[in-house]
Amino acid sequence: MPVIEAKNLSFRYTEQPVLDGVSFGLEAAQIIAVIGPNGSGKTTLLKMLNGTLFPDQGQMLLEGRETRRWNRGELARTVAMVPQETQAIFPFFAEEIVLMGRFPHLRSFVFEGKKDYRIVREVMGQTDCLAYAHRRFNELSAGERQRVLIARALAQEPKVLLLDESTVFLDLKHQAQFLVLLRDLSRLRHLTVVFVTHDVNMAAQNADAILLLYNGKKYAIGTPSDVLTARSIKEVYDVDVGIDLNPHNGLPRVTLFT
Amino acid sequence: MPDLYYENNLPFVRSFGGREIFLEERSIYRRVTRSRVLKISALLMVVFAAVCIASLCIGVVSIPATDLLSALAGVMGGSASPPSEGQVILLDVRLPRILFGGIVGASLSAGGVVFQALLRNPLADPYVLGISGGSALGAIIGIVLGAGSFVLGVPFLAFCGALTTVFLVFVAAGGSRGFLMDHSLILAGVVVNAFFSAAILFALSVVNSVELHSITFWLMGDLSGADGREIVTAALCLLAGFAILYAQARKLNLMVQGEETALQMGVDVRITKYILLFVTSLVTAVAVSLAGIIGFVGIMVPHMMRLVFGSDHRLLLPAAALFGASFLVVADTLARTIIAPAELPVGVITALCGAPYFIILMRRRGRG
Repeated sequence: MPVIEAKNLSFRYTEQPVLDGVSFGLEAAQIIAVIGPNGSGKTTLLKMLNGTLFPDQGQMLLEGRETRRWNRGELARTVAMVPQETQAIFPFFAEEIVLMGRFPHLRSFVFEGKKDYRIVREVMGQTDCLAYAHRRFNELSAGERQRVLIARALAQEPKVLLLDESTVFLDLKHQAQFLVLLRDLSRLRHLTVVFVTHDVNMAAQNADAILLLYNGKKYAIGTPSDVLTARSIKEVYDVDVGIDLNPHNGLPRVTLFT
Repeated sequence: MPDLYYENNLPFVRSFGGREIFLEERSIYRRVTRSRVLKISALLMVVFAAVCIASLCIGVVSIPATDLLSALAGVMGGSASPPSEGQVILLDVRLPRILFGGIVGASLSAGGVVFQALLRNPLADPYVLGISGGSALGAIIGIVLGAGSFVLGVPFLAFCGALTTVFLVFVAAGGSRGFLMDHSLILAGVVVNAFFSAAILFALSVVNSVELHSITFWLMGDLSGADGREIVTAALCLLAGFAILYAQARKLNLMVQGEETALQMGVDVRITKYILLFVTSLVTAVAVSLAGIIGFVGIMVPHMMRLVFGSDHRLLLPAAALFGASFLVVADTLARTIIAPAELPVGVITALCGAPYFIILMRRRGRG
């Protein structure tokens, strides 16, 4: 049974539908990239997956059950999302931010215990942000903040991790570390990863499957070599590209003709 | 690195951070634990008690600490001898006023913490939703109509004014999906306050001079008029309200990160927001209707406490409430002694300290 299943999913904020009859199924322990032009409904789809929004029509199923039938705490223990940016108005410390990821696991009035701090330490190690655990979140650089937010999502111990452009501010080293981490987590802990990105090559090199959205509709879903063709990219993005195979791993590589 | 494993025997995932590096030895970060919250609360309670005792002894009639002890002993022991003049001043004049100041200070400070967090706006104060304007108008109507001759007459009308305002602001800011948007809440508060200010100015220009004096005192905040019944009412409201607010403290931490973040972490954002707005408005309205508009406490104390204790509301809320109580008692002691035998409205003192402090804060923010 697919861990995530969309059946004829539709949603509109105003008149214009943002998602229009999208159906797909995603298997557990896979890394799935969602790509598509601006305004194609990528972020809205993530919000459907984490229960921030519910479909107007159709069904969004998580582990075979509609997201609107989940209670919030249960959902938060299953799905975690790394937002693009977060408001940092008041001076919380980096470790406190990560600790907030433990919220869905704690009952009210309970302070975090040894286990929570151990998990926080572990995920901060995985995202390489222990070095600034004691610094204020709003004084960190964009990339450092992003690693803290990734750690917070991991501290939720989710089964499904949603990423919204979560690598844009990361430097090369941390991008590489992060992609390795995602692979490890999906292989070793059966984490399902759904990430939205504009970097078609990053998706091609790292995703097990790619979902290509176009004007709120599913254009294609499948392996990178199935989805990424010169013709599909021309139709969806209206640009000319050349596609060859990356000599290092045999995966498709997209070159933009400019 | 055995302590990096999960407890439930999940396979180890490699870590890149290795050992923790304390780059900043000077970091003031301390974990918020139950024992730390209790310790700091106890400490601030001791501070508040000390402030109260000092304030009891200070005044136009200076009363030595020995008289204070004998007065207290008299209350405890129920001594038969008639109380001395000093004891009357202590127990019937100063003590109620000090307790009242503490309650109002705690209410406004806790209210400021919650409104700043909820609206994600460091410039918010407990009056941000128009509570000040509404209660002031209610109080003025009360003073002009002579409601002062009834028990709780003026405070009752002020309270009605405050609640009406909050209701109006909620209705005005209600979004299409039933969500209260932060900016429309603030905007509605500003608009409603401006409207009431105009009404207040109109009222001030038509009342006689006796009424004008009592209205001015009310508008600047005044702790002198509290009687036992009012103090008990305010204390009960504060205690009940604070208990409800504290139960939401960890949710408040998440709400500060953004409502969507809070929602996807499992917080029922809508209900939590309504509870917090409603309870905080109620606590503030009670304080304002009894003590008038005391500015700057609710905006300054939360910021000071955040600088010292960090932003975790499980620590910040009790710290701000207790420190706010001490702060207002000190301010009121100054207000009644600085130009003795005359008195200043306590709002004058808080604003005189508050405005310069605020400029400093903003300049520091600007640099950062």
